[in-house]
Amino acid sequence: MTATTIDTGRAAAKVMNRSELTRLLVGKLADQAVIGGIGHSNFDLWAAGQRPQNFYMLGSMGLAVPIALGVAMAQPQRGVFALEGDGSLLMELGALGTVAAVGARNLAIVVWDNESYQITGKQPTLTSRGVDLVAIARGAGLRNSHWAADEAHFGALVDQAIKQEGPILIGARTDGSPPAGVTERDPAKIRGRFMDGIKPAAAQP
Amino acid sequence: MTRQNETPTGETWSETVVRVLKANEVRLVAYVPDKVLAPLIKRIESDDFFTVLAPAREEEAVGLVAGAYMGGLRGIVLMQTSGFATLPNVLASLALPYRIPVLMMISERGTIGDFQLGQVMVCRTMRPILDSMNIEHFAIQRQEDVEFVADRMIRQAFATQAPAAMILSPLLTNRGGAQ
Repeated sequence: MTATTIDTGRAAAKVMNRSELTRLLVGKLADQAVIGGIGHSNFDLWAAGQRPQNFYMLGSMGLAVPIALGVAMAQPQRGVFALEGDGSLLMELGALGTVAAVGARNLAIVVWDNESYQITGKQPTLTSRGVDLVAIARGAGLRNSHWAADEAHFGALVDQAIKQEGPILIGARTDGSPPAGVTERDPAKIRGRFMDGIKPAAAQP
Repeated sequence: MTRQNETPTGETWSETVVRVLKANEVRLVAYVPDKVLAPLIKRIESDDFFTVLAPAREEEAVGLVAGAYMGGLRGIVLMQTSGFATLPNVLASLALPYRIPVLMMISERGTIGDFQLGQVMVCRTMRPILDSMNIEHFAIQRQEDVEFVADRMIRQAFATQAPAAMILSPLLTNRGGAQ
């Protein structure tokens, strides 16, 4: 059994640290695009080292997955990651069905599940009452959806996503630690830098 | 005898819209269904030029089109008035601050003969919402205006990196049973 075929249920998945996992993920990337969802998902992405292929969402809660799918469809050769929190994904569950319908092999969704709206005062989300986002993703048609059993398993799932064997959804249970930094809030700059960062090679001067 | 709202060549509004989208390289279409838009959706779905997505909510459609634009693929969101009413957050926190030209084509329901009070009241919110966000909008009422207005609004949206709302009035879509 390879690491990526482990099927840990949510209850048995280790509770890990989002900042650490984000650094682990970013450390494995080359030219992949990453869409950081609103709040701590993009704060930790920012803190893991700014890359021109990163897009940081300052609003539009729930739309990291649709934005990432749009990028993935525009550039089928490029790997695209969406980093989204449990609260955000719960707002836009239908997006999982769209991802499954498109079947974008180059798209990976990472869900940080800390069971709370951490940034607004740690109010509980529905995952604290048993909602299982990996099970929902599978039900939406994303068969390649897994809870990361531990850090090593998370890394193995990311490796699989980098090989563009998606669409893949990686659920990671995370603790209540604060993010490792705060994103610079300049939307025009974020967008311009991102578009330059993912410009197809042929279009570059 | 030609139907009303047909050009002398017999082109309907939906045929003209398809032609204008192609001329402007708008290939991705994300729609939430609407009866008035049905003939346009049918044409687009049967045309290999377009990639068609049918997300369950309009804000998801805006996210898809925004992401595609940043990746180099032009797209448009098709919806009806009540769907547009769900969009102020995503327009104000994504399309506008990031200067992403999200194209919207909205079939105007709830006016000039609608029988559903829900549609009628929602319709009253559309222009105030668009105006409050300073989003370019225009209601197309006549077949002879479809090409000019749609083409120029699309060009302006991309040139100025701003969202745009092309509203399809019942005067265009419903007069004389025109499609």
